[in-house]
Amino acid sequence: MNPMVDLAFLLVTFFMLTTTFKTEEPIIVETPNSTSEIKIPEKNIAVITVNEEGRIFYGIDSKYARQNLLKMMGNRYGINFSEDQIESFSLIPSIGVEISQLKSLLELRPIERKRFIQEGIPIDSLNNQFADWVIHSRMVNPKTRFAIKGDEKTNYPQIKQIIDVLVKNKVTRFNLITDKEEGIETVES
Amino acid sequence: MIERKSDIFNAEVTARDHRQKKDVVDIDMNPMVDLAFLLLTFFMLTTTFNQPQAMEIVMPVQPDKEAVEKEQPIKESRTLSIMLAGEDKIHWFRGITDPEVKTTSYSGEGIRKVLLEMDRDITDMVVLIKPTDDSNYKNLVDILDEMQITSIERYAIVKVSKSDRELIANL
Repeated sequence: MNPMVDLAFLLVTFFMLTTTFKTEEPIIVETPNSTSEIKIPEKNIAVITVNEEGRIFYGIDSKYARQNLLKMMGNRYGINFSEDQIESFSLIPSIGVEISQLKSLLELRPIERKRFIQEGIPIDSLNNQFADWVIHSRMVNPKTRFAIKGDEKTNYPQIKQIIDVLVKNKVTRFNLITDKEEGIETVES
Repeated sequence: MIERKSDIFNAEVTARDHRQKKDVVDIDMNPMVDLAFLLLTFFMLTTTFNQPQAMEIVMPVQPDKEAVEKEQPIKESRTLSIMLAGEDKIHWFRGITDPEVKTTSYSGEGIRKVLLEMDRDITDMVVLIKPTDDSNYKNLVDILDEMQITSIERYAIVKVSKSDRELIANL
């Protein structure tokens, strides 16, 4: 039995060291495939998730950055978030509600939060909260890089809106998150 | 000296005796193994291996007026316009004035062939990607991916102009 136990422990150690936990996503998106081989950076990243209907979700990576981001957004919109709410915000990977609804979302327990239907962050020109999230993320962490994670079936105008906001705020270099496509090699011309 | 040596020897003998006695005790390893496998399954299920891929795109900075004036226009003949239409169709044409619009698909036989052929034909080709409102995100990623596959370096995502729309209106 000993060799088997040895192997089991070896695997346990391996998985413990290599593991990165699956992050819970508020919406499921089917990303398109590409042959690109660049990995998305793990640090200093802000992910903009867009689902099929064009609802926008937004999240940044580090816990402390999230806390600061929420405080700044609170200042911007004159909403005072409590310590508990800031703490619970720092544990959520991404949110997709209007800032006025954010408080009630953060009050919920994690299980209830899953059932809460998040309508997406407003991006229209009159109430462009998405732009504020982008601007303040950069203020919190100037090294922030942006990645768009869109669903295959998202209409282009929705994506264009996001790209336009990014470009307007001088984010001209960003990533599109895709899945890996197998079996196609680069053609040398 | 000799006495001391024997002392050590004696000590060793007693230690060995001790060990031999302990060897008889059988430790039940099953719970430990159970735990190991439990952890193993846990980590195997929660782990995410494939970090998603990313594609990098660089958009031009919004130019101010001065920069626009200084800009060098590109020769019409060097451009290849690719319009991404709905229903996974691609309309493409060379140049801008009175072009001959052709329609193709996203397959390897379709747009990739066109891109490779045109890249050979046109020196310093600039590809203008024009996604119409009917296209979806997958189309955009696909075409950007095609650029990478065919190693075309000069391309840009541009707005669909009115004349472009008219060109494909009755297709």
